[in-house]
Amino acid sequence: MAQKQIYLDYAATTPVDLTVFKKMQPYFFEQYGNPSTIYSLGEKASQAVENARGQIADFLKCSSNEIYFTGSASESDNWVIYGVIDKIWEQENKKSHIIISSIEHKAVIAPARYHEKNNLAELTLLPVNEYGLIELTELEKAIKNNTRLISIMYANSEIGTIQPIREIGELIRKINSKRKEKIIFHTDAVQAVNYLDCNVQNLGVDLLSLSGHKIYGPKGIGALYIKKGTPIVSLIRGGGQEKDMRSGTENVPGIVGLGEAIKKVRDCKTKIQSIKKLRNKLITGILKDIPDSQFNGSLGKRLPNNAHISFRGAEGESIVMELSQRNIFVSTGSACASNSLSPSHVLTALGLSHEQSHCSVRFTLGKHTTNNDIDFVLKVLPGIIKRLRKISGK
Amino acid sequence: MYSKKVIKHFQNPSNMGKMKNPDAVGKVGNPKCGDIMKLYIKVKDNKIKDISFETMGCVAAISTSSMITDMAKGKTLDKAMKISYNDVAEELGKLPPIKMHCANLAVKALQKAIKNYGCSKATTH
Repeated sequence: MAQKQIYLDYAATTPVDLTVFKKMQPYFFEQYGNPSTIYSLGEKASQAVENARGQIADFLKCSSNEIYFTGSASESDNWVIYGVIDKIWEQENKKSHIIISSIEHKAVIAPARYHEKNNLAELTLLPVNEYGLIELTELEKAIKNNTRLISIMYANSEIGTIQPIREIGELIRKINSKRKEKIIFHTDAVQAVNYLDCNVQNLGVDLLSLSGHKIYGPKGIGALYIKKGTPIVSLIRGGGQEKDMRSGTENVPGIVGLGEAIKKVRDCKTKIQSIKKLRNKLITGILKDIPDSQFNGSLGKRLPNNAHISFRGAEGESIVMELSQRNIFVSTGSACASNSLSPSHVLTALGLSHEQSHCSVRFTLGKHTTNNDIDFVLKVLPGIIKRLRKISGK
Repeated sequence: MYSKKVIKHFQNPSNMGKMKNPDAVGKVGNPKCGDIMKLYIKVKDNKIKDISFETMGCVAAISTSSMITDMAKGKTLDKAMKISYNDVAEELGKLPPIKMHCANLAVKALQKAIKNYGCSKATTH
């Protein structure tokens, strides 16, 4: 009998929740109207879009007018970095300074680097400690007179580290109260939505990116919260959708799915403790049964579903492939598995050696993970590591 | 991503493990991604009589190591020196372009072992 599929890569993507899918379905076949049209078919689509906007606003505790739909969280992140800096150029003709952490998603790092390369902005990459946390004092020291944008991700996708967004928000609020040219604060909350408080008032953020497919919603849909009054230029110019900020006919089924998925996040929150328990069982089991395995990052300030472990002498891509042969799906930060053939910038920033990154595996659990899944992984993993170590002679 | 043959060699590699009293060893590291390969050879009558490997690396690194040991076994040193990374990749069916450097690593390890054998012979005689 074929072994049941064990999916432990929920940080990469999640399966669409069945109720979410059912809510989306009519918008492919029956309610297919263009939301910009005025007849009833179009109006129904438009209502569905506005309903979803309201669901997201409810979740983030903001006004519906502050929610903008995008094609992905990467798009939201890009929009922030390009849009804020462009707006400041446009309004003040000044070169701004951007601060981001060194473990941001590439969707933040790459556009920020683009600005730096083209002399459009100055850039500071804030270091993190061995747990992947930024230090508030370091952030404060990095702020300059022309600092206008700070982007710090809420929870890291690879290592699961949770940054002190609320404290950063508080710090920026304090600094902003004493200066005319305000600092805009953005957080990429893609990995955080399932597990953490995303009340934007509590967090003190001006901008927040999120994604549908990480929260049991569809792929190809994201959103950006833009606090009223935040300087940012439109992303896509054209037909004037999304209050003239992001043109293009709305992805109605995707938007409906995102709204429904975010509404369902609250139900999933009851599962957090059981996910955490399984995650801890996985970590304890691995460290007990597999010698020379090392847990990476912080255990306390970490998403409840993330485990990240290095196995000395066994390369990550090989481990992923071995597990895949047994229908277990995980991911790795090894250079061998990346298109650039360089180790994950996140692991390097944490101070992991090249070899530790090379031998690392990320397990991310989700709401469908069972105790049996974890038992099975714990049963097969020691043999896999042993075999690969035999091949490597380590 | 990987061909069936690559996976086959990864799962059941030939000539795997450290060799006792090898005539020569070729050790190479991959500057690109950090893989490490070690090839052990025993030589008789100018032919590779026995060969084995140890590889710390990805699926492609392990499969190409396994494949090159199969290809080199029994060959004269001259012929073994001429095995190219394309030959290794072809024998494996296909390698993703980004993994071609793994085949090259296997070739370099074999060539280094053979060269080291030549040097050790020069010093003994």
